[in-house]
Amino acid sequence: MGLSPLGDAPDLGGAVGGRSVMSQISPNWVTSRLDFLVNWARANSLWPMPFGTACCAIEFMATAAARYDLARFGMERLSFSPRQADVLLCAGRLPFKLAPVIRRIYDQMPQPKWVISMGACASTGGIFDNYAMVQGIDTVVPVDVYVPGCPPRPEGLLYGILLLQKKVRGETIADASLREERPLEPGGLRIPARLVDEISEPFGNSVHQSRSA
Amino acid sequence: MNPSVEALRRQFPDGVGRAMESCGQTIVYVDRARLLAIMTWLKESPSAAYNYLVDVTAVEYRDIERPIEVVYQLRALQHLGELRVKVELPKHEPLTVDSVYHLWRAADWLEREVYDMFGITFAGHPDLRRILMWETYQEGYPLRKDFPLRGRFSRAEQVRQALHANPEAHYSLEELSIERAYRDLPADMRDRIERGERDRVPPPPGEETQGE
Amino acid sequence: MSRRVVELDLATTGVDAQGRPLRVPLGAELEPPADEPDFRAEHMLVNMGPQHPATHGVLRLVVELDGEVVVRCIPHVGYLHSGFEKLGEYRHYNQIIPLTDRTDYLSPMSNNVCLAMAAESLMGIEITERCKVLRLIACEMSRIISHIVWLGTTCIDIGAFTPFLWTFQERERIYNLQEAWTGARLTTSLTRIGGMMADIPDGFERALREFCNTFPKVLDEVDSLLTRNAIWCGRTQGIGVMSAEEAINYGLSGPMLRASGVAYDLRKDRPYLGYETYDFEVPVGEHGDVYDRYLVRCEEMRQSIRILQQALDRLPDGPINVDDPRVILPPKRAAMTDMESMIFHFKQVMEGVPAPVGETYVAVENGKGELGYYFVSDGTAKPVRWRIRPPSYINLAALPKMAEGSLLSDLIAVNASVDIVMGEVDR
Repeated sequence: MGLSPLGDAPDLGGAVGGRSVMSQISPNWVTSRLDFLVNWARANSLWPMPFGTACCAIEFMATAAARYDLARFGMERLSFSPRQADVLLCAGRLPFKLAPVIRRIYDQMPQPKWVISMGACASTGGIFDNYAMVQGIDTVVPVDVYVPGCPPRPEGLLYGILLLQKKVRGETIADASLREERPLEPGGLRIPARLVDEISEPFGNSVHQSRSA
Repeated sequence: MNPSVEALRRQFPDGVGRAMESCGQTIVYVDRARLLAIMTWLKESPSAAYNYLVDVTAVEYRDIERPIEVVYQLRALQHLGELRVKVELPKHEPLTVDSVYHLWRAADWLEREVYDMFGITFAGHPDLRRILMWETYQEGYPLRKDFPLRGRFSRAEQVRQALHANPEAHYSLEELSIERAYRDLPADMRDRIERGERDRVPPPPGEETQGE
Repeated sequence: MSRRVVELDLATTGVDAQGRPLRVPLGAELEPPADEPDFRAEHMLVNMGPQHPATHGVLRLVVELDGEVVVRCIPHVGYLHSGFEKLGEYRHYNQIIPLTDRTDYLSPMSNNVCLAMAAESLMGIEITERCKVLRLIACEMSRIISHIVWLGTTCIDIGAFTPFLWTFQERERIYNLQEAWTGARLTTSLTRIGGMMADIPDGFERALREFCNTFPKVLDEVDSLLTRNAIWCGRTQGIGVMSAEEAINYGLSGPMLRASGVAYDLRKDRPYLGYETYDFEVPVGEHGDVYDRYLVRCEEMRQSIRILQQALDRLPDGPINVDDPRVILPPKRAAMTDMESMIFHFKQVMEGVPAPVGETYVAVENGKGELGYYFVSDGTAKPVRWRIRPPSYINLAALPKMAEGSLLSDLIAVNASVDIVMGEVDR
């Protein structure tokens, strides 16, 4: 499990409103205390937006149910409206037909927002290396935590959530670039086209499995 | 061999082709022009009474010379008989066949899916549009054998087209029975619908060149 | 926006001569002002989904509403289309089995069983007795968990949250069993062509029997909450009615068909895996409404428990795999020591098991309806065509017929009663 390696798009040159004030203050004791408070609050009450599509959604439901219980991590309130959510939890495979939907939902979420990509299909396309499947939602939305598995066990998802909480606690309000909205580039993609092609390339067994007979 | 085959041959001496058995199941080939008449007889004649349409699908073989087959799986709930009816569509002719929508409503979505995946049009189907892919999908008909597994375009191009397809904006005319909603559509979409252009993807905003 | 001023006649006592409360319609006597559009005559076009808590997956419903009444409902599917059938043309028959877990992911073992049956029908393989009974056990377990999910999520849709937690707790117990048997909670890949991936482990039988003993009590609890509940009955009776002729014409299957009064169940009418030797009943409804579908599914769960107990009683000893090294992987010890076994292993893994030229359609009675796999083979190890006959897809096509004319909240109830799983609808 890892934090997003794709990095951020180039800084769009200054943030919105009061953030630029914060980003001009160099980190000091006051900001670190403030960070602690803000991040503690954010990490312990992440409201997930369950974008459940396929089998991982069932494991997500099982995680939210009585045995594994997401509520003890502060994720009591599943928010089905993106406007009130913090974490977009993409649980399941993302076909191309659904790609504009997840992009729109991600754009509708207000800052601060994070994305957990649950499952192999959401992370890389999984076993569906074909015409219909987005090869990883990170070609469409920026991802903070990838949870591998097909489907990941509830414990695996919980570990991914804990990892996200750790990431949230490590953030600082003095860094305005963390909370910038990054819409799609003018070319229609989030990351450069050659990067999309590169990360979507088949690897491992998938390379040999496109012979029909 | 299912006795319906013999009865069918007697009823339609020129419309029925070869019949065979495979894995204990009966398959009969019928002529495309007589399909609707044959299906109507199969459904309504009391001896056949195939009142349940199990499945409609199509098969394209790896041998390029073989025609595409449209396959209908029929079942008679009364006498529990099963029959597979096939129609051959040579590839050099237009891929059209009559729709059995008005016999079995189950054919509604099943035929739409065959259209979406193979490009076979069903004459007489009231609402033949793509169902699994979005309506302005450009790459072709996925289950055809000349369609590569990963699609025709590069991944970046597929993502770009997908993100701008906006399937929710392409309502069918059937949905726009409400005049008010139609008036609220953006002008260019109204024009496109009026011109009957369903297959055009609006170019993504910005450059036409490939991204950086 | 002009504000409409509403004046009530407040001099009334609030009750009429018989003591029944008076209903004073708001603004009934008033005419809307001339410059304001008359909203009462317009229909709304509302889009539900594809991201929506109550659509059971990524289903998009375009709904034309006249107030709260659904005038038209147009479902849009394909938001989970994953290209299964195309992938199947590039995979050996055994490699298709993991794909089948992911179509109907709520009852994966029955998909695995159906695929193995279809491939074995194509190749002309007869499975062993123990394998038959184990597959039957897998199918019935899958039916139970499929109906459990349906029950839990339908209750949430209609407003009752508690049965969801109870039923999912029961589901965890079956997940334990699935995990002990196959190693995976959900994507089981249980069968292989000619047999199974593994025999049941120690303690499985005991645990399954315990489940069979305690699960009916949970069903009784849910039953006591719902079946005679005024709210439940009010929201499900008479809603989403399909007559028997319509159900047949629309190609419905499973509990949807049986609730409409058509007594057709593949386990009884085209038996497989030895179902004809088991003693069970198939519930058939009368009215074809959402309430009947609920009753049919609950009773089916009880009958599944009955079948499971019989199957456990008669589970024979013996091998689970057919004794044909061209089809079944030889045991690892043999493959590592014996040349012939190693060659068989190599051929199966690298080239797959070829099927003779032919085609077959094999169907099982899944929890959702008739799940069928249609294979066309040209003599190679990869099928020319793999078609999934999806019960949820065909059942869902009848949704407009059932929901049009009812209220929006009824649309939710009807959508829940169809018991769809979008992985299967879109494949």
